[in-house]
Amino acid sequence: MDIWGETKIDFLGKRRITFVISTVIILMGLWAILAIPMGKANLGTDFSGGVSVQFRFEKPVSMETVRPLLAENGFKDANLQQLAGNDKLLVRLKRTEGDLSAVSRSLGDVLAKGMPDNPFVVDSTTEVGPTVGKKLQQDALWAILFSLLGILIYVGWRFDFRFGVAAVVATFHDVLAVMALLYILDKEMSLLIVTALLTVAGYSLTDTVVVFDRIRENMHKKTKEEFVPLINRSVNEVLRRTIVTSLTTLLATLALLLLGGEVIHDFALSLFAGILVGTYSSIFIASPVLLFWKEKGRASVAVAKA
Amino acid sequence: MRSILWRIVMLAAFAVIAILLFLPSTPASRYLPAFWANNIPKIILGLDLQGGMHLVLSIDRDKAIENHTHRLAVAVEDALKKKEIPYTGIERRGLDTVTIRYLDLASVETIKKAVSDEFGTLEGPSVEDASLVYKLSGDEVKRIKDWAVSQALETIRNRIDKFGVAEPLIQKQGENELVIQLPGMKDPERAMQLIGKTAVLEFRVVDESMDPFKALSVGAPPDAEVIYQQSLNKETGVIEKTPFLIKKESLLSGDSLSDARVAFDSQYNEPYVSLTFDANGARQFERITSANVGKRLAIVLDGNVHSAPQIKEAISGGKAQITGGFSYEESTDLAIILRAGALPAPVTVVQNVTVGPTLGQDSIEAGIKAGILGGALVLVFMLIYYRVSGAIADFAIFLNIVMLLGAMAWLNATLTLPGIAGIVLTIGMGVDSNVLIFERIKEELRGGRTPRSAVNAGYDRAWWTVIDSHVTTLITAAVLFQFGSGPIKGFAVTLSVGILINLFTSLVGTKVAFDIQNEKLRVKRLSI
Repeated sequence: MDIWGETKIDFLGKRRITFVISTVIILMGLWAILAIPMGKANLGTDFSGGVSVQFRFEKPVSMETVRPLLAENGFKDANLQQLAGNDKLLVRLKRTEGDLSAVSRSLGDVLAKGMPDNPFVVDSTTEVGPTVGKKLQQDALWAILFSLLGILIYVGWRFDFRFGVAAVVATFHDVLAVMALLYILDKEMSLLIVTALLTVAGYSLTDTVVVFDRIRENMHKKTKEEFVPLINRSVNEVLRRTIVTSLTTLLATLALLLLGGEVIHDFALSLFAGILVGTYSSIFIASPVLLFWKEKGRASVAVAKA
Repeated sequence: MRSILWRIVMLAAFAVIAILLFLPSTPASRYLPAFWANNIPKIILGLDLQGGMHLVLSIDRDKAIENHTHRLAVAVEDALKKKEIPYTGIERRGLDTVTIRYLDLASVETIKKAVSDEFGTLEGPSVEDASLVYKLSGDEVKRIKDWAVSQALETIRNRIDKFGVAEPLIQKQGENELVIQLPGMKDPERAMQLIGKTAVLEFRVVDESMDPFKALSVGAPPDAEVIYQQSLNKETGVIEKTPFLIKKESLLSGDSLSDARVAFDSQYNEPYVSLTFDANGARQFERITSANVGKRLAIVLDGNVHSAPQIKEAISGGKAQITGGFSYEESTDLAIILRAGALPAPVTVVQNVTVGPTLGQDSIEAGIKAGILGGALVLVFMLIYYRVSGAIADFAIFLNIVMLLGAMAWLNATLTLPGIAGIVLTIGMGVDSNVLIFERIKEELRGGRTPRSAVNAGYDRAWWTVIDSHVTTLITAAVLFQFGSGPIKGFAVTLSVGILINLFTSLVGTKVAFDIQNEKLRVKRLSI
C-alpha cells in the first residue's frame, strides 16, 4: 500500500515561506534560552535548587483551600500544580537556604494540620541544594555541547562539512522549537526535558541524514541536473519514507503521552513535538540551508565522500 | 551467501538465550526452577520504579580539620604539662593553626623541641606576640580531608547495614560528596536521622558555679559553655529548651564505646539506650565518676544535652545509660548510630530524591500500558501499510524487544521510567530502519527489478543510510549516559542497546524472511 504515488512537490520553492516561519520559531526558542540566565525561565527543581513534594490525597483537593493555607503558614512562595485526578498536588519551593528536609517536612505538617479530614501520602520528595542545582545545570550544558559536537563530527566525516553544518542548523532549529513550545506552555525545564531535547536532536538528525543520503546518491549519478531540482527530486523520493517513519515514532510517543503517567508527561510531549518539527525541518530547512553554499554551483561540483 | 537455515538457527538461538536471560527478571520467576531463577543476572528496577531514596551528602571537611587541630592542641597541652614545660596558654586558631603562648624566652626552645619531637605534623613555628604559631602541614591537611570522606563512607555504610536495607548503594562522588541509594526505603525521615546525625557523644561535667540563665546574660566562665537540653512536651507538642552550663572539657567520648543497645526501664516502661565502654573507657569512666561524686555528668550528643544525672558514687563495670523520653524507634536508631560510631565531620544533605512505593507502582503500570498501546499502534500500522512485509517488520520488533530485555538482564542494567520510555521509543524507531529498507525495495521494484534483485539492492543501498541514521541517536545516547544520572542513565541504556539490537534485527533478521520468500517460496510478487 502507498499513501500516494510519486510526488513532484517544489519544496525549495517554498523556502521563503518556511524560512520566515522557522526564523520566528528560532527567535522564540532563543528567547526561551535567554530567559534562563535572565531568571525568567521555569526551571525545574533539579536545576533551580529547592524543594518539591508531591502529595496524594484521599479526596480531591482544591487549589483555593491549599493556596491560602500554605500562604498563611509561611509558604507564600509555593508554586502549586494539580495533577491528573485532582487528588495529587505538586508543591514547589525555590528556596535553597537552610535545612531543606525540614522545609519539606513542615510543608507536610501544614497540610496535615490544615486539612485533617483529607489524609495524604507523600508520593515523592525532591530536595536540591544550590550547589547541586548549579552542577546539574553545568552537566546539562556539557551534555548538549558534546552531543552537538559529536553529531557535527560524525556528519562532517560521513558527508562533508557543508552537510554537517546544514544538519546541525536543522537540529538546532528543532531543539529551539521544542524549547519555545515548552516556554509558551510554561512547562518546567528539568533534566528529563534536556534528555528529551537531546533525543529529539538525535532523532531529527536521523531524518535529515536520510534526505542527505539521497541527495548525495543523486549527486554521484553525474546527471547534468541543477542543484535545486536535484534536491527537490531527492526530497520527493524519500518523502514517503520520511512521513512513514515519523508516523511510527509519533505513534509510539503518542502512547507515552497518553498513558505514560505524570512523571514523563512533559518528556513525552517534548519528544512528540520534536519528532513533528524534526520531520518538517528535514524537508523544509536542512536541504535549503545547503543552498546557501551552493546557490550558483552545479551539483556535480560538490564531491561528497560515500 | 550464508545459508538461510544457518541464519534462522542463529536468530532463534539469540531469541532463546534472551528469553532465558530475562525471564527471571519478570514476575514469572517464581514458577521457574531455582537454579535458573537464582543464577542469572537480573534487570534492576530503578528507584523511580520501586521507590526509595537517593541522597547526596556533602561532608564538611573543614570541620574535620578543625576537629583534628583542636585535638592536637589538647594533646600538645597534655604533653607540655607532662614535661613540666611552662606556658601561659594553648589554643586552636582558624582551621589548622595551634598557638602556644610562652611564659618567657627561656622556655621557647624547650617548647619547640617538645613539639617537634612528638607532633611531626605541625609545621613552624613562627613567632607572633609572645606566641609560637604552628600550622598543620599541607600533606596532613590533605590526608585528613581524604580520611574524613572515607571514614564518613565507612560509618554510614555501617549504620545502614545495622539498620538493614536491602542492597543499598554507598559511593564517593567527586571530592567531598557521598551518594547513597536506599531502594524501597519506606521511612525517609528516619533514614535521614540515621544517616545525617554526626553522633558525637561526649561526657562532660556540669558547671554548677553559676546559674545557666545568669551565664546567658553575663557570659559563661572561660572553661564552660551553655548547652541546651531539648525535650518534646508530649501534651503540648512544643519542644522545650532548658539551658545547662557545662564544662568545655570532654572527659570521655563515644569512641570509647564497645556496645550500645536498647533496653527497657521496667519502672516507667520506657526504652533507653544502654552503653558499654571498652576496657580503657571503663577505667576512665570509673575515674571520672569517682572524681566528681555529687556533681552532675552531662551526656552531650551533637551539641545537645540528652540528660545530666547526678553522680551518686563511683561507677565501675563500664556501663552507662542514656535516658530521655525516647520512643522505641528513636532509641533503636540512637543505639545503631552509637554502635556504628560518629561521623568525622558533619554532613549536609545537598540532594534528596525520594519516591514513594505507590508512585513507583503507578509508574510501572503506566509504563507498561504505554508500551503495550505504543507497540500495538506501530504493529497494526505496519501490518496495514506493508502487509506481509509489515508482518516481517513486526516480527523483527518482537525479536528486538525480547533481545533488548535479555541484554539488559545480562548487563544487570537498571530499568527506570524513562528507560521504559526508551523501549517504547525503540519500537517506533526500530521500524524506522525497516521502513527505510522497504521503501528502497519498493523503489527498486518500481524500477522494474525482480523481487529477488530488488530485495538485495534494497538492503545494499539502504545499509549505510540505516547505519548513519542510527549512529546519530547513539551519539546522543552515549552523551546522556556519561552526563545523566539515575533515571536518565536508564533511558540512555535502553535507547542505545535498543538501537544496536535494532541494527542487527533489521539488517540481518528481516533479510532472512525475504530470502525465504525469494529462494524457497519463489514468490512472483512481494507483498510490500
